[in-house]
Amino acid sequence: MVLMENVTKVYESGKILALDGVDLEINEGEFVFLVGPSGSGKTTIMKLITGEIAPTSGKVIVNNFDMSNIRRSKLPRVRRTLGVVFQDYRLIENMNVYDNVAFVMRVVGASPREIRRRVPYVLELVGLEGREKRIPHELSGGEQQRVAIARALANNPSMIVADEPTGNLDPVRSLELMLLFEKINEMGTTIMVVTHEKELVNAFSKRVITIDGGHVISDGNDGYYSYEIE
Amino acid sequence: MLSVTEMTGITVMRLSSCGYLIREGFRSITKHGFMSFASITIIMACLIIMGTMSLLSVNIDVLIKDLEDQNEVVCFVDDAVTSDDQIRVIQNSLETLGNISSVDFVTRTDAMDTFMSKYDESLMEGIDETVFRHRFVVHLEDIALMSETKGAMEAIPGIAKVNAHLEYAKTFVTIRNIVSVVSLVLIVILVFVSIFIMSNTIKLATFSRREEIAIMKMVGANNSFIKLPFIVEGLVLGIIGGGLAFFAEWGIYELLTGKLVSTLTGSFISVVPFRTLALPMLIIFVGTGILVGVVGGTNAIRNYLKV
Repeated sequence: MVLMENVTKVYESGKILALDGVDLEINEGEFVFLVGPSGSGKTTIMKLITGEIAPTSGKVIVNNFDMSNIRRSKLPRVRRTLGVVFQDYRLIENMNVYDNVAFVMRVVGASPREIRRRVPYVLELVGLEGREKRIPHELSGGEQQRVAIARALANNPSMIVADEPTGNLDPVRSLELMLLFEKINEMGTTIMVVTHEKELVNAFSKRVITIDGGHVISDGNDGYYSYEIE
Repeated sequence: MLSVTEMTGITVMRLSSCGYLIREGFRSITKHGFMSFASITIIMACLIIMGTMSLLSVNIDVLIKDLEDQNEVVCFVDDAVTSDDQIRVIQNSLETLGNISSVDFVTRTDAMDTFMSKYDESLMEGIDETVFRHRFVVHLEDIALMSETKGAMEAIPGIAKVNAHLEYAKTFVTIRNIVSVVSLVLIVILVFVSIFIMSNTIKLATFSRREEIAIMKMVGANNSFIKLPFIVEGLVLGIIGGGLAFFAEWGIYELLTGKLVSTLTGSFISVVPFRTLALPMLIIFVGTGILVGVVGGTNAIRNYLKV
């Protein structure tokens, strides 16, 4: 669950206003697209959710943690309730597929038995069974992003946040990936996908929050990305 | 599922996690082979330079101590003193003076024999032992205090004259002080230079892993989870670097001192055998290696942990 109330974020000692009084609520089990042109504030919202940055003013609640004034030592606890997927996959290059996924379970202290049980399950869920021993650069872009999704799922998070997950993929792979997110959402995980790909958003009938100039300019369940990118 | 429990702010890490992280530390050494090699080489080079300086300083110190020991003070006994009891009283007075290492009584006969053994006997014709006086040959603990000790000796009843080479003593003390200060300054400079070079090498080694650390932070790893493999890695690299430097230093020392001794056979120079210094050297080398490896390693990643 994410709740933002009147959130403002100013970068570089007051020079850049990235968010200006944003109110936002994402409930458990929802599938949300966060859309808008480059520099609109999408990534800032994502960074506020993951705790990479703190708001200049306003309130940010993520999975019952108040991110507005959270101590740095508490951030790992918030991040363990989230699964994060990046545009550039951000896999650990010298670890194979299995270890990239198992790694996040080791981070939270999962037992070797739990890891042996869970990792094959999530790899099968994302369609990567049989690729456990491959290292990231031996995989296609779509496959690497699936590893990233498997990694995000490993600790059974309540929410997955994906930042431009299809940015490096062709349209067919992008669609496949969205279908995978939809499947994961149907299993109960909240999904927030940050994107600016209009066709992709319009192919699904989901909630779409549009940001521009640091403001929420539309928020609807019609699944339509109506905003024109200049 | 979470085994990392937080009770009153104390994080308890599961044993299986510790085992995994220690294995990761070892694995990382081979995984980043070139950087491990560079770190070990730098640690070795710096320790060998520092070690060589220290050994040189120890040897110079011992050499000066030897020379100081040869610098004896001679206390001539008054001719009026004739009985053994009086001699014993003077000896006791000398021994209780302070700053005295040894006191040996030499009779005038022994003094003449020693003199004659050094010089041509023909010079001694017509001269009998009464020319010589009974004397005490005294070695001091600290020749820097020779002047004060000489004064105290002269004040002892029954001592006619005291011969002490104050100028030699001053020269030795000056040399010893210069050597101590110069070697201390050089070692301190080298320690700082070494730490700077080593921490930069380790920084370079960890720079390539900043992305890996950022990913760990993003998936919820706490700092101790990230640091432990680096600590293990620094520890192992430090032990290897320190150990190899110790054996290299041993080899270099034996080689150089062997050459020196064979060149200067019969001279007054003697070198300190490495074996007598081996244990403290090993402890200092490995200890410094571990310290630099662990502190350098954890310092180098500190900036990457602020994500």
